[in-house]
Order: sequence, then C-alpha cells, then structure tokens
Amino acid sequence: MSVTSPLSELSLAALRAGLSDGRFSSRALTEHFLARIQSHDAALNSFITVTPEQALAAADAADARLAAGERGPLLGIPYAHKDIFCTAGIRTTCASNMLGEWVAPYDATVHQRLMAAGAVLLGKTNMDEFAMGSSNENSAFGAVKNPWDVTAVPGGSSGGSGAAVAARLVPMATGTDTGGSIRQPAAYCGITGIKPTYGRVSRFGMIAYASSLDQGGAMAASAEDCAALLAAMAGHDPRDSTSSTAAVPDYSAALQQPLAGLRVGVPKQWFAEGLDATVAARIEAAIVELEALGMTRVEIDLPDAELALAAYYLIAPAEASSNLSRFDGVRFGYRCAAPRDLNDLYERSRSEGFGAEVQRRILIGTYALSAGYYDAFYGRAQRARRQIAQHFAAALTHCDVIAGPVAPTPAFDLGAHRQDPTTMLLEDIYTIPVNLAGLPAMSVPVGFSGERPVGMQLIGAAFTEDRLLAVAHQYQQRTEFHRQVPAAFREGV
Amino acid sequence: MAIDAAQLKHVARLAKVALNEPNIPRLVADMNAILAFAERLQDPALDGVAPMAHPWDQVQPLRVDQVTEPDGRDRLQAGAPAVSNGLFLVPKVIESE
Repeated sequence: MSVTSPLSELSLAALRAGLSDGRFSSRALTEHFLARIQSHDAALNSFITVTPEQALAAADAADARLAAGERGPLLGIPYAHKDIFCTAGIRTTCASNMLGEWVAPYDATVHQRLMAAGAVLLGKTNMDEFAMGSSNENSAFGAVKNPWDVTAVPGGSSGGSGAAVAARLVPMATGTDTGGSIRQPAAYCGITGIKPTYGRVSRFGMIAYASSLDQGGAMAASAEDCAALLAAMAGHDPRDSTSSTAAVPDYSAALQQPLAGLRVGVPKQWFAEGLDATVAARIEAAIVELEALGMTRVEIDLPDAELALAAYYLIAPAEASSNLSRFDGVRFGYRCAAPRDLNDLYERSRSEGFGAEVQRRILIGTYALSAGYYDAFYGRAQRARRQIAQHFAAALTHCDVIAGPVAPTPAFDLGAHRQDPTTMLLEDIYTIPVNLAGLPAMSVPVGFSGERPVGMQLIGAAFTEDRLLAVAHQYQQRTEFHRQVPAAFREGV
Repeated sequence: MAIDAAQLKHVARLAKVALNEPNIPRLVADMNAILAFAERLQDPALDGVAPMAHPWDQVQPLRVDQVTEPDGRDRLQAGAPAVSNGLFLVPKVIESE
C-alpha cells in the first residue's frame, strides 16, 4: 500500500495516522464512505439501512475528541453492523419482515463498546433472515451480490458485511457466526474474518439464533484490522451469562509474536472427496507460506465432519425454535391484520412474518424437541457434539494451529441451491464442527479460482485469537491477496 | 425416523406456525431429507459419550442481588403492535356472550 492509495483502500493503521495528523477528518472519511455506499451499493444490496445523519454526528463527535488530543484504535473510523445487533434509535431488522421497522429500546453491548471507542456507524448490513443461511439469499430485503462476480452469492449469513468490506464501502464490519456465518462470507468475498472463542464477545443485544453456538466477530480487509476491531468488541459482560471473564490480550501487539516452531495441523479428512481441486491447491500454497514462516506441518485427524453437520442441523433449529418463540405478534414486531382470535394472531403473525427458511428450521427444531423425540434427536446430537469437541481437543495436542479450507468450493451462483436446500448443508462442512466445539477460527484470503476468492481457515485452541491473528497477519505480510479489490469497486479506475 | 403430513401439522400447531396447504408436501420432503441425514446420530458409538450442552460445560454464574434495571415499561412497549394503559392488547380470549 502506497501513500497514494485511495482512501477506501487504506488500512486502519493508515486511516488512524491520517486522522491523527489531520490529513483528513472523521467527517471527511465518513462522507467519503457514505458516498461510496450511495454510488455502489445498488449493485450489491449489502446495506439494509444507511444512517448518514447519525454517522455525521458521530464523526463530528470523533473529530472533537481527536482535536482534544485523544487517540484510539477505532476513534473516528467508519464501520457497519450486521443488522442483528440492536441499536437504540436505528431499526434492527434481522433481515426479517417479523421485525421490519422495529427499533430496539437498548443497545447491544458490542454497539456500546464501539460507540465508546469512537467508531462511526454508517449503517446496518444485509444478512440471511435471523442468520439462517449460507448464501444471503434468505433475506426479506433481497439477496446480496458478491462484488467479485455479481452472479455469485457473497456467502452467509453475514453476507452484507462481507460484500460491503470487499467492495470497500466500509473499512470494517461486525458479523456473527453460528455455523460459519463470518468465515464463509469472508472466504467468498476475499476478506479476513474472525469468529472468536464462544464467550469472547458479548451476545447481549445480538438477536439470538442458536444460543450455545452464536458468537459475534470481526470482518475487515486484513488480520491487523480485524485485531483492532475484535479488541474493541471483546471482553466480559455481566449482562451475558455465557460471557467469559478471561482477560482480553492486546491483539494488535501480539501480531508480531514469533511463529517459528509452531506446528500447523492439516486435517487429512478435509483434503479428500468433496473439496474443489483449485481450492485445495490455493490452500496448499498458503500452507507452504506458513512453513516459510517457520511453522512445521503435521498431519492430523479430524473425523466425523458429517456427524457434526447432522448434530448441527438438529441443535441449531432446536435452539432457534425456542429463541424465536418470543416473536408472537404481541410484544414487538409484526402482527397480522384482523386476527380472529389469539391463536390465529400467533399463527398468522408468525407465518406471515417469518420467511420460508426460518419457518422450516422452527418446524424441525420443534419436532426435534417434541415429546418422544427429544432423546432420539436433541440428546443424540449433543452426544455427537461432545465427540466433535473431543476430536478437536485430541488434534490440538499434536499441533498449535489447524489450517484447512473454509468451504468446499468458491462462491456458488445465485440460485444454485434453490431447488434442493439440503445440498447447501455441505457448504458448511468445515466450519460447523468449530462452532460445536466453541473454538476460535478465521478465514484468510489465499487466492482465487477464476474471479472468485478462496479462503483458508485457521482454527486454534480456546482463547488463542491472538495467535490466529498473528499467523494470519504474518502470512499477509508475505502475500497481497487481502489487498485485492474487485475492479468495479476500485477508486480512480 | 420420518415425518408425515399429519405429524407436520401437529408440529406446526406446537410451533404456532400456520401452514399453507400447498407447501406441505415440499416441507415434509425437506424435513425428511434432514432427518435422513441425521440418522447417523443413532450410531451406537455415541452411546458412551455424555451429552454436551455448552462448549465449556459452563454453569450459570450468580450475580449480586442488586437492582440494576430501572422500570422501562414505556420504552419496552414502544415497539409493540398494540398497547393501552401499559398493557399489551390481544384479541378477546373469553367471549362475552
């Protein structure tokens, strides 16, 4: 990156330096990115809500803090929220007609933290409805397009955040990951994304899908930028009882930690049938770069990926059916017209408010938890979950970091899985096991298959985000894939 | 294990979701595809594995018994479809005649 790089392609460090020495103001930055959203998002549909007035007010407040001599990693830097984080005064839709124009009466802890850090919210990004999907086609606000190829999906469910960052409509964005929803769109869009350890980022005010799996995280061009965003998001929150009390390391300072001698584990089962040959080749090349950083490659065992999928497709809907029971047409959100009686109000509000995929998962989850089936489905799935966690624990005694694919293929075509939604399950085969085990994982861009990006997944032991970010960062010091911007979205071209 | 249309209707009643009759065959097929995929969970090898509900087998922490949230009824009801005098309104449950 040179000093002549356009504003939208600057790293957070460069943006911070520019704000610090007065080359540009937060207001100027904010206006610049708002203009990019205005001129480019029609092609992508990555934002559900853009908030220029609030953004400019937040930018002016940041400029006042900067003028008073304050400095901070995110002070004055624009960002976007996945539209699953509650924001008082700005609607939160979860990409569902069920919420539509609903405005949360409080802020998610993540939002409070980013506001306190002085980051400037530009708007809220599109997603699969209630985070249920791997393509961002299940949105009441329409599908999102992949900026690298608008006939392809951006991945999901944080597809709007992935597309917006990839097109440099915003320097960084939040996401959430229940079965791969940060990593897979990051991979498909050619950006960097980190799903931290379960409990690392507060879930308070993050609309629940599957509470034992959901985790918020960071999406940005580089690991260095993700480190700064994650540091601001992470930490204990007494309002989330599953929030970890473990101290948050200084992720940015840890980026340079020595990697020589670390063992990178390559799961042999993941480089077998079902993995696209080009994806495999790109990841193989990236592992060679990790070896060049002094890491030692070891082969590891991670069996039962299909068992993990089976467990996930009962556990996640079961928890969803419980979480989404709060959408009843009474306390908030959508209510059907002219209900005949209370039951009609419940049933029609829910069937008219929720999209087809959400209803399908609610039905599966309700079935899996219903009398006589609980042990056969939910109970068995929880046994499988422990088995998967044990496989990871065993593998991580042989290595320090696991490296493999994020998804079996590059981004697929819009509409490709519409005829058979069950084939879409396989898109998540390498990401879902990680959520079951609660471990931290990243997606790092490692090249292209034709026009479409390929992501490498890095997985670590619980609370080793600092090491994952360091591996990704040092890999990115040797490569340029994370700096690639799709031609249609480059400035001055 | 497989589900049929009658069971699906029962589940929909439990879930408070109104089914569109023409969608039922497709939903039954989709759910059976997932249930068939989930058959592998019946593997006897899992019999000896204890169920895991949470990544860290965490217990719920207790917090200090202190009032932290002030009354927020008006704020919390602002997004409700129908309220009156601080109450959520729903259709009449008991007929007056």
